[in-house]
Amino acid sequence: MMDAILKLDDLSKAFGAVKVADGLTYDVTRGEALGIIGPNGAGKTSMFNLITGTLRPDGGSITFDGTDVTSQSSARRSHVGIARSFQVPQPFAHMTVFENAMIAATQSAGLHGDEAETLCLNVLEQTGLFPKANVLAGSLTLLERKRLELTRALCAKPKLLLLDEIAGGMTEAECQSLVQTIKDIHASGVTIIWIEHVVHALLAVVDRLIVIDFGRKIAEGEPRAIMESPQVKEIYLGIEADV
Amino acid sequence: MNIQDYTVSRSTRAARVALVVTALLLVILFLAPWWAGRADMRLMGELFLYLALASLWNLMAGYAGLVSVGQQAYVGFGGYMLFASTIFLGINPLVAIVFAGFLAALVSVPVAILMFRLRGAYFAIGTWVVAEVFRLCFAQVSSLGGGSGTSLPVGIVKSLASERAMREALSYWLALGAAVIVIAAVYLFLRSRQGLALTAIRDNELAAGSLGIDIWRNKFIVYVVTSALTAMVGALIFLQKLRITPDAAFSVYDWTAFVIFIVVIGGIGTIEGPIIGTLVFFALRETLADLGTVYLIVLGFVAIVIMLRAPRGIWGLVRSRYDLEFFPLSYRVHLKAAKGQDGN
Repeated sequence: MMDAILKLDDLSKAFGAVKVADGLTYDVTRGEALGIIGPNGAGKTSMFNLITGTLRPDGGSITFDGTDVTSQSSARRSHVGIARSFQVPQPFAHMTVFENAMIAATQSAGLHGDEAETLCLNVLEQTGLFPKANVLAGSLTLLERKRLELTRALCAKPKLLLLDEIAGGMTEAECQSLVQTIKDIHASGVTIIWIEHVVHALLAVVDRLIVIDFGRKIAEGEPRAIMESPQVKEIYLGIEADV
Repeated sequence: MNIQDYTVSRSTRAARVALVVTALLLVILFLAPWWAGRADMRLMGELFLYLALASLWNLMAGYAGLVSVGQQAYVGFGGYMLFASTIFLGINPLVAIVFAGFLAALVSVPVAILMFRLRGAYFAIGTWVVAEVFRLCFAQVSSLGGGSGTSLPVGIVKSLASERAMREALSYWLALGAAVIVIAAVYLFLRSRQGLALTAIRDNELAAGSLGIDIWRNKFIVYVVTSALTAMVGALIFLQKLRITPDAAFSVYDWTAFVIFIVVIGGIGTIEGPIIGTLVFFALRETLADLGTVYLIVLGFVAIVIMLRAPRGIWGLVRSRYDLEFFPLSYRVHLKAAKGQDGN
């Protein structure tokens, strides 16, 4: 691939007999929006944990922006431009929503003073959390916590944004507004990898789809073609291919 | 709603009032040698030193998540370094206090590297073991009196000030200064970028790490700095006592159990908590001291009740009812036009 921002090469990780990554290899082009689907327990979130450094792989390598980051800490990877949202939200519960955003802006993006504050205010408005700016993050609802995940990731000014199931549980209107937000982020030049079970939201955004099962990449390509393939229907949707 | 109309500030009216009140209070306390009796000054001096120890332990345990039950290692180390450097090297006691802090910082580095391999309860036990090792080591030093300890020679005591009243005033001011410096340092540190990172670690290490915060490094810095300052407070404590023994210097009850009591009942993970806790602890101690061991039973009972009824301590209980902050660390987003009114 011409200009890959992220390269996974033969990445593997096992917990005992359970393989969460098994020879995972793919590239992500700069500026791309890549969708990831797969059944529960397929290793999607583990893959994000490997990319961000929360998990260390047993083998293989991860290259980000031309640098091998396989042995780098998650803090270091955050500094060079990888940001994520957690599937199970991880708010700083005793800090306000604004302060949660400030952590990302000051620690990850390395901004100071007014610059950091302005970024946070703008991102909070973009993600719709501005009215909750002074509320303690611990008192947010689940949907608001997911928006806080997105807010913090954006305040880190990422080059690569990893989104982990942020559309679940939303109403149709909320989902459409989320899709628009993610499209805007993508249009601003941020590369996106998005794990999502809400397939129609995913298909509205992504250029390419990868299907993962048992830690392996089992299909990859143009989203609609992938969704139509019998393999995906069998494994992901649980429908027998022959029926 | 327009973003341009909003601004961010970190001060509150309560904090501005608190600042003025604190300044007045400090002036009154500074003048204590002119209005307080000898016994009261000793008591207040002890209170200030406990306040400093509690604030330091709170920074380490409440913010950095390093629940150590071995900080008596540094209290004792500081005390012994004061005695050793004044007796053997002839250093001025005031300089020796700073020197003790510097040496403690050096010693805490290898201890941190070793102890940080342990997590949670194992870390707590490990730090206690280290403190016991310190105690046993100092009990072996025969030139410092071995197991039975030693006294500060009269000549060194007199080098502070020749008159007794002046020495007592000086020792009171040093204690007051230690408390003010420690609380101010903790406050300024927590307001800084590093402090924001530490507060994030307090709440969620997983998220903190993935947002660019080097958790090990932050904890390491906090451990070394609090250990050095704890040793300086330890040096002050034994400069007041004028006598040191391994058992008194490395007492887990005096320098850790009571300190944990103070921080937990006051409110862990807040600056105000240790201040309230220290006042409550001394109030209980002074009213119940005559009862002997019953006093300790009451302390335990109070600790259990507060942990059950208010897990975040007395200050946590206050904060859950009123949006109050005397040491403003939080950021408030409010309308620019709002005059004297905190927007939401």
